[in-house]
Amino acid sequence: MSSALLNGLFVFMLAGFIGFEIIKRVSPLLHTPLMSLTNALDAIAVLGAILLVGEHKSNLSFVLGVVAVIAATSNVVGGFLITDRMLKMFKTSRPTKP
Amino acid sequence: MTDLAGNQLLLEIVYLIASALFILSLKWMSSPRTARHGIWAGELGMLLAIGGTLLHHGIVDYKWIVIALVIGSGIGVPLGFVHMTAVPQRTALSHAFGALCVTLVGTAEFYLRTPNVPPFMMTVLSMEVILGSLTFTGSLMAAGKLQELLPQRPITYKGQNFVNLFFLAIAIGLAVYLVLHPGARQVFPLMVIIPLIFGVLMIIPIGGADMPTVISLLNSYAGLSAAAMGFVLDSKLLIIAGALDGSSGFILSVIMSKAMNRSFTNVLFGAFGQVQPAAAAGQEEKTVRTATAEEAAGILAAANRVVIVPGYGMAVAQAQHKVRELYDALTKRGVDVRFAIHPVAGRMPGHMNVLLAEADIPYDKLIEMDDINGDFPQTDVALVIGANDVTNPAARTDQSSPIFGMPILDVDKARTVMVIKRSMSPGFAGIDNPLYYLDHTLMLFGDAKAFVNSIVHELAGNTH
Repeated sequence: MSSALLNGLFVFMLAGFIGFEIIKRVSPLLHTPLMSLTNALDAIAVLGAILLVGEHKSNLSFVLGVVAVIAATSNVVGGFLITDRMLKMFKTSRPTKP
Repeated sequence: MTDLAGNQLLLEIVYLIASALFILSLKWMSSPRTARHGIWAGELGMLLAIGGTLLHHGIVDYKWIVIALVIGSGIGVPLGFVHMTAVPQRTALSHAFGALCVTLVGTAEFYLRTPNVPPFMMTVLSMEVILGSLTFTGSLMAAGKLQELLPQRPITYKGQNFVNLFFLAIAIGLAVYLVLHPGARQVFPLMVIIPLIFGVLMIIPIGGADMPTVISLLNSYAGLSAAAMGFVLDSKLLIIAGALDGSSGFILSVIMSKAMNRSFTNVLFGAFGQVQPAAAAGQEEKTVRTATAEEAAGILAAANRVVIVPGYGMAVAQAQHKVRELYDALTKRGVDVRFAIHPVAGRMPGHMNVLLAEADIPYDKLIEMDDINGDFPQTDVALVIGANDVTNPAARTDQSSPIFGMPILDVDKARTVMVIKRSMSPGFAGIDNPLYYLDHTLMLFGDAKAFVNSIVHELAGNTH
């Protein structure tokens, strides 16, 4: 096993714990926007797809890469948009309107 | 550690910053007040990471990257503007897109590297592809069911779990074979196709009421497959994003399965869609009391404290805006109105909160189950709109009930219970609800939206 993979395991373990602790604290009120936000962040997989397209190492990897970039980009754009729309709707009754 | 060249070092630092922004983004989701900062942090991190990658080494072809980014954005914008009632199916669809990306990249990487794939690399690559493809079809199926393109009823047959486990076992067997023989180019497609079939089979027995758990579980799988892809590409940023998404989905599925009183193994092994035989005993003698909109309005107007319990029926009837009018009319009369939210009300985690927030109901009036259950005995009226199983007192008292032990909203303890319902037909799980036969329960038969509307009209009429 290479040291890169071992490093990866360390990162994965730590990020898993951080994720667990942070997400436990997310208010159940926001579970739907949480899911659409993590979905958008997860679409960072687009980086791998971009490299496949840009490096054009084989025709197969190029074509698969183009489709993958499209799929992931739609998640990035759509995910952030809808999360923002949802969060804008959450208002409290406490500050009295003029 | 080898020294990185200037550009490479810069890129790694950009990824490090993006990782920190992603973590902050989720941290700020803890409260509605800071949540929008969370989006900005996430967007900035994403922008930095994509920008940095585009300036990266060996990219020879920018034209198609730009074309694909533009097409993807073109699909993403309408998906960002769907109606709020369609959010569950949109979410399922985006899990499918994420998983599709991961599967395609995994496939491309395999064919670029074969036969020189070390065993551990092949293991994570297999995990990436298996999880990705089963999440892809599974999420498409879930989206189809939520959009009602596919039958919502669970489809079960004898030996179903056996068949499903069989497909999963084949997929894992293929993965093991590929780890041992990484040059087997012709075997690889099977490792994509079998989990694709498994994904379909996995969702077939799932009914609508189980969707919150299933969507969370698919969320978790999508995250884990992305983390596996991070190992394949040696990208720490991707490992972190995948781990965050994976743990988020995991926590949500645990919360959902607890709220349905199912063990987590029960959920993991896909046994969740099982239709329990409905206890078809003694329906004859029971009588219910009904009330008209006028009577209901009178009782509500005389109350001091009202708790509204929304369920999926409210979403189906699109009644949330009428409920807002009811909330306004009662609040204006000095009635204290709050909403009791069961964790699995609706079709995905937090579904009801989003619908009610869309209708401009202040979020501090949306109270979680554990925080409001103690208040029901002091509540004058509990108004149930389109919720059923989450209010069923049999879950507390009747050991023979299939939902015995499931945490419920104790609406039966309120002084008066009013239930808006289309008819006496039982809920999704096919279980009769003793709540409807209590002496202090009034059934309000009709469409949720129309009935709430007539209550609002009655209340308006009474003020003059």
